[in-house]
Amino acid sequence: MFSAFDNFPALLIWLPLAGGILSFFMKKEVAAKMIAMISSVSTLVVVTLSFIYSNQEFMMLNQVSYRWLPELGSSFAFVLDGLTRILCMLTAIIFPLVFTITKKDQYKNSNVFFGLMMLTQCGLMGVFMATDALTFYFFWELALIPVYFLSSIWGGEKRIKATFKFFIYTFVGSLFLLIGILYMYVKNPTGTFNLADFYNMTLSSPEQMILFFLFFVAFAIKMPIFPLHTWQPDAYDQAPTPVTMILSGVMVKMGLFGVIRWLLPLFPLAVKEFQTGIIILIVVGMVYASLVAIYQDSIKKLIAYSSIAHIGLMAAGLFSLKDVAMQGVVLQMFNHGINIVALWIAAELIERQTGITKISQLGGIAQKAPMLSVFFVIAAMANIALPLTNAFIGEFMIFNGLYQFNPWITAAAGLSIILSAVYTLNMIKHVFYGEIVPSTENFQDIGKTHVLVFCVLTLLIFVAGIYPTPIFKMIHETTGIVLNKYSML
Amino acid sequence: MNAIILSAIWGVLMMYTGFISKNKNTPTYVAIAGILLMLVASWLDYIGISFFDVDTKGMLKYNSFGLLFNMLIIACTLVYFLLSGSEIAKFEKNSADLYALIFFVLTGISIVAGFNSLLMLFLGIEIISIPLYILAGSEKSNLKSNEAALKYFLMGAFSTGLMLMGIAFLYGDAGTFYVEGINFGLGGMSPMMSIGMILLLASMSFKVSAVPFHFWTPDVYDGTPTVFTSFMATIVKSAGFFAFFKLFENAFGKMHADWSILVSVLAALTLVIGNITAVFQQSIKRMLSYSSIAQAGFMLLGVFAMNYYAKQGLILYFAAYTLATLGIFAVLAKFKDHSIEAFNGFAKKYPMVGLAMLICILSLAGIPLTAGFFAKYYMLLGVIKIGNMLWLVIIAILSAAVSVYYYFRVIQAMYFKEGMPHEEIKFTQSFEVIMLVNAAIIILLGIHPDWLLMLLNI
Repeated sequence: MFSAFDNFPALLIWLPLAGGILSFFMKKEVAAKMIAMISSVSTLVVVTLSFIYSNQEFMMLNQVSYRWLPELGSSFAFVLDGLTRILCMLTAIIFPLVFTITKKDQYKNSNVFFGLMMLTQCGLMGVFMATDALTFYFFWELALIPVYFLSSIWGGEKRIKATFKFFIYTFVGSLFLLIGILYMYVKNPTGTFNLADFYNMTLSSPEQMILFFLFFVAFAIKMPIFPLHTWQPDAYDQAPTPVTMILSGVMVKMGLFGVIRWLLPLFPLAVKEFQTGIIILIVVGMVYASLVAIYQDSIKKLIAYSSIAHIGLMAAGLFSLKDVAMQGVVLQMFNHGINIVALWIAAELIERQTGITKISQLGGIAQKAPMLSVFFVIAAMANIALPLTNAFIGEFMIFNGLYQFNPWITAAAGLSIILSAVYTLNMIKHVFYGEIVPSTENFQDIGKTHVLVFCVLTLLIFVAGIYPTPIFKMIHETTGIVLNKYSML
Repeated sequence: MNAIILSAIWGVLMMYTGFISKNKNTPTYVAIAGILLMLVASWLDYIGISFFDVDTKGMLKYNSFGLLFNMLIIACTLVYFLLSGSEIAKFEKNSADLYALIFFVLTGISIVAGFNSLLMLFLGIEIISIPLYILAGSEKSNLKSNEAALKYFLMGAFSTGLMLMGIAFLYGDAGTFYVEGINFGLGGMSPMMSIGMILLLASMSFKVSAVPFHFWTPDVYDGTPTVFTSFMATIVKSAGFFAFFKLFENAFGKMHADWSILVSVLAALTLVIGNITAVFQQSIKRMLSYSSIAQAGFMLLGVFAMNYYAKQGLILYFAAYTLATLGIFAVLAKFKDHSIEAFNGFAKKYPMVGLAMLICILSLAGIPLTAGFFAKYYMLLGVIKIGNMLWLVIIAILSAAVSVYYYFRVIQAMYFKEGMPHEEIKFTQSFEVIMLVNAAIIILLGIHPDWLLMLLNI
């Protein structure tokens, strides 16, 4: 089973897994942290290296398949293609950053904490790279279980209830996904779980509609799409910040990824049928989430609701089935991960110093901490898609595609962007400017490590904002495969 | 055949160990030695070496499914003895008698594993049941235990009555006790045969506690001393399901279309009612008895589907469910207080046992990477393969989601709730090791179920 170690997908699975398992057995906190850091950084190095070998001639380096359950027609099969590479890159960037900012934090049983974090990374990588439905399901769950424990053990006051809600929601979703996968398997003439075989299947329209819902519910809960979003604000609020960053930065992308890789190419007839209804539902959710965000007094909940709106826009872009929108979505998946992590870091730093997350109880931080404010404002501007920042191009392309689909829906979705400017600027005004309040009197600016982290994030924001062409080149192939399915209809 | 004779002999032998040795632990050692011997013997039987050549006139016929099942049950009993042996030894002065009863139950199970005649089915089920009535009431000073024994006995006798009546009807129709003889029915079922089948269905449902024949289960499981509840809820229940499956496969297999809708309704009811009632339980022991009803619902899916996947699934389900439940009950048996709160902070105090129990619970809930996942997977696959039964699959997974709710309450208590278990419990090192090995087997079966299933060469 462990025959191939010489290709990228294998390394991306084994490195975090080995790091995670090793961390469990470390007695000392420093050692556990070191191992987590080393394995996450080496994962990043491997992903970066893999970019050099992304051409067709290096095919063998980018895919791997282990024998697993031959009687069942399932194998541990992974592939690293354009879309996958971007998401793996995002995952690989965020984990070392999270470990860097939590370097000084004390966690009781830190070996378990870091072990679970690395297992989460392993699960995420597996989800993104799997080309076997059963393997995909396995990693889909593997990414969930460690997060459940992380949030329930190290989370806030109401952690048990909030995390449990999150767990039940996603677990129900994944069970629906499982039925969908099993159904496909039974119908598959080749008797395998292979994604390529699934792509070649011809299913009748009623079958596709049932299967579409089984898959869609799982992905919609993960994203989350209104009205299945209620787990999210509580879970983000109660989870420990490193976990919240992973959740909002990478895990929600699992849902979007699932739609691109599994839902859209597998059930084109059903997608065509439900497309409009789903986009309307999403847009309603976007406007709703934005309106709720305006009335939030907690920074964390505000970011959570803003995330619902932004993810909603990406989902709407996917269901518009326009090439330009889909490319925008993939770009935006990467960008959103970067932006929201920057926002969470800032929110965490504020909470750590003042112990407060209420917008109304904060004020004047800009005078005390100019560096933090600059970085925060950049991230916030990127989040509301100001030109020159990364999100501008992505969201512009999504809107372009949506407009081709239906101008009225686009107008409604645009409303949420305006609202997003309202609540973001409002928060900046209250938290960073205005009078200094007692809670921020002794506020200190951020240290060197955090400046470094923010510099990396800001750099990514601007680079992707000014020169996103390389990313487009990579994703063109994937969106092409998906849209091909529809050109034949 | 090896297992039947060996277990009967060893049962008699066990009764005498009580006189011969005064040491409290001797019976446990003898019992473990006996079960190891049986394991080897049943393995030899599986590969075709039989020590005893008894002409049963075709009334007992073993195939690989039956032999694998028999071996699995003996292996699980070994785990049970290793985990709970010390509790049985502590339980009463004459623990040798209790072991003897368990060996007699195994004799019954071994008969059931190979029955080919309805008479043998009846005999096997009776041999299983009678020692169990005694085990249920073995805590003589406890009123609840007495009540459990009486209730179990009355319900058991009633369901056996139904079974006999069903057998009589079938005999009247087919003129033979051999199951193949019944299966000859061409064209629809005659009324007589339908009545016989429905009576057998009801009595088997009693035995496996399928809703609406489940009312005895919570009281009996709750009243029975925990060590024996663990045996009843796992090994005996698996045997019940094996008998159920084998009877309906061999005797009524050709009429699958006629009775499968009945079983699907039973399964759906069992899943829904079992799971929802379990949510409201405050005591882990009671919760586990409802959970055993709920898990029975999943196993009924296998009886319903009655295909290749279902057979594999049942074998895996027996292993997954039995190992996980045995693990949890073994820990529970050491507690006097069975409420969920008693487990607050358990994992902090006993990290190793806590971890093993965590894996057991995850397996019961059917989380991937544990054996429980693949067990449920095969059941669902079997039902999907039948086609047009998506409603049943949806009910099954929704109830699996409900089951997560009550299983995870135990995990929450163990891992996330503050507080210390107020009972001082000592886990010996060997107990910890066996728990961890048990958990490792569960994980291993969750990654490579084919290692067990390849033994099932149908």
